[in-house]
Amino acid sequence: MAERRYTKSHEWLTVDGKTATVGITDFAQSQLGDVVFLELPAPGRKLSVHESFGVVESVKAASDLYSPVAGRIAAVNDKLAAHPELINSDPYGDGWILKVELAGELPADLMDEAAYKKVAGA
Amino acid sequence: MTELLSFEKSRPNAHGPRLPDADVDGPGSADLLPSDQRRANPPGLPRLSEPEIMRHYGRLASLNYSISEQFYPLGSCTMKYNPVANEVAAALPGFTDLHPYQDEDSVQGALSLMWRLEQALCAVVGVERVTLQPAAGAHGEWTALRMIQAFHRSRGESRTEVLVPDSAHGTNPASAALSGFHVVEVKSGADGRISLADLESKLSPSVAALMLTNPNTLGLFEREILDVAELVHATGAKLYYDGANLNAFMGICRPGDMGFDAVHMNLHKTFTTPHGGGGPGAGPVGVKADLVPFLPTPTVERLNGHLKLDFKRPQSIGRVRSFYGNFGMLVRAYTYILAMGGDGLTQASLDAVLSANYLRNEVKDVLDMPHDGACMHEFVASARNLAPHGIKALDVAKGLLERDFYAPTIYFPLVVPEAIMVEPTETESKATLDAFATAIKEIVKQAVEDPQSLHEAPHGLPVGRLDEVATARQINAYLQGQSEDPVLRWKPAS
Repeated sequence: MAERRYTKSHEWLTVDGKTATVGITDFAQSQLGDVVFLELPAPGRKLSVHESFGVVESVKAASDLYSPVAGRIAAVNDKLAAHPELINSDPYGDGWILKVELAGELPADLMDEAAYKKVAGA
Repeated sequence: MTELLSFEKSRPNAHGPRLPDADVDGPGSADLLPSDQRRANPPGLPRLSEPEIMRHYGRLASLNYSISEQFYPLGSCTMKYNPVANEVAAALPGFTDLHPYQDEDSVQGALSLMWRLEQALCAVVGVERVTLQPAAGAHGEWTALRMIQAFHRSRGESRTEVLVPDSAHGTNPASAALSGFHVVEVKSGADGRISLADLESKLSPSVAALMLTNPNTLGLFEREILDVAELVHATGAKLYYDGANLNAFMGICRPGDMGFDAVHMNLHKTFTTPHGGGGPGAGPVGVKADLVPFLPTPTVERLNGHLKLDFKRPQSIGRVRSFYGNFGMLVRAYTYILAMGGDGLTQASLDAVLSANYLRNEVKDVLDMPHDGACMHEFVASARNLAPHGIKALDVAKGLLERDFYAPTIYFPLVVPEAIMVEPTETESKATLDAFATAIKEIVKQAVEDPQSLHEAPHGLPVGRLDEVATARQINAYLQGQSEDPVLRWKPAS
């Protein structure tokens, strides 16, 4: 399994060749509580680093989702529309959100697990 | 069981009083309306007799919960008691029989009330002029931002950012976004107050304004407000005051003196006009001299003792509300101000702060207090100390409903986990505050001894614990076309 990297805004990504899979972290889902809705972009859209690409909404709060990388959206997790609870039950697996075809290098501000744990106060 | 919908009670042949047929000649609806504007079938209204519908609404009214019956400690909302004297004044025929198109000469009394209310509000917050038009607080925020935008544009400056602290009311970034600004967040420091270092790093010639409420949403006075104002003004930006928390210091200090350039006030909070469904609201905005040219039209002007509406203000942002704002609310607020007097308003703020500190002290040993020291007119506690028992702020709130209190604001401000935000206001007796504190202590005891019963609260109310998650998911599935079930119990017969 590819190494998971993290952002300060609590997204994660794994990279396989030229494709990155993006989701939100276990810490993020635990803070949000039960997710009830996701507003997600259409495949094909181009994203720049830190660009807001959607919204995750729980009973408690609505938060923007930010792209950790630059690239073109290759796929969006269709299951989330009917099953937003996947974000809570399996944030690193079936709760993935986007697959992004990478453009250029990975940004330097991505963190490894140890660094992210400090940010999340875990 | 809660009251059924009138549609569910409908009986095919029920009816109210029957009106006699018209016995005068004249045009009927068939003559007055063109055929394409007339409906073919009668609307699907419920059919009930007059006593049935009267009892239906009577029972619904008895399920209502309001400040005229119970304690309503909703943080950041200043749910004061609404004095009856306000209603008496607002019901005077000289006010209720007015028409907004009446000639100025025949409404000098109404204009005088607006003029005098403006003068009073100017004195309370320390500004040059006030517009009474905005219909509510967020509308006031937007109006102020439009004036600030017009001010910068008049100087040939394009400023595209508005700074908002992370503890701000959600309406602040919303108003800024609606005005076309890019919203930039400013962090709070560990003491819960705005971080000067973070503010400084975000200020630039692109910043149009900083929106701030003081005391902030944590109930803490921004002690460095003069430094904040200096930093903001040094870059040419304006300082905006969100008046949601004005009840903390009327007559003690004034936003205008702290350096705020534009100030909104909620008459439905601080000045006892009805609030929250009983409204409408009113959110006047006060400005310093350099924003005065941009005030909405019309303003009320006085010339040789005669009052007139001034529409000729070339730099004005224009009208922001039909006619002259929610005039009935202006009458109520002015009545309250006159009844209280300057000293009375000061005493109201002192008592509001005393109430909040008394209550905070009563519950500080049973709930977590994220910030030390005295609070202003409200305080923020946290239910995170109950996490080991699986109890959240939501459960505490439901436990309060069961004990016949309105629940405080929960999960706001966002910077405090499991926040419970309590604003008792000055209109509550010590006995009420004590009863509320006792209820909190009981709930904390219940959280430890029988958390399951608290999870199931409220018991004995018309509606029990709602499954918010399932409901929200089901509504979203319906809106996205993935489900046919719109969650409603009753559906119209197609």
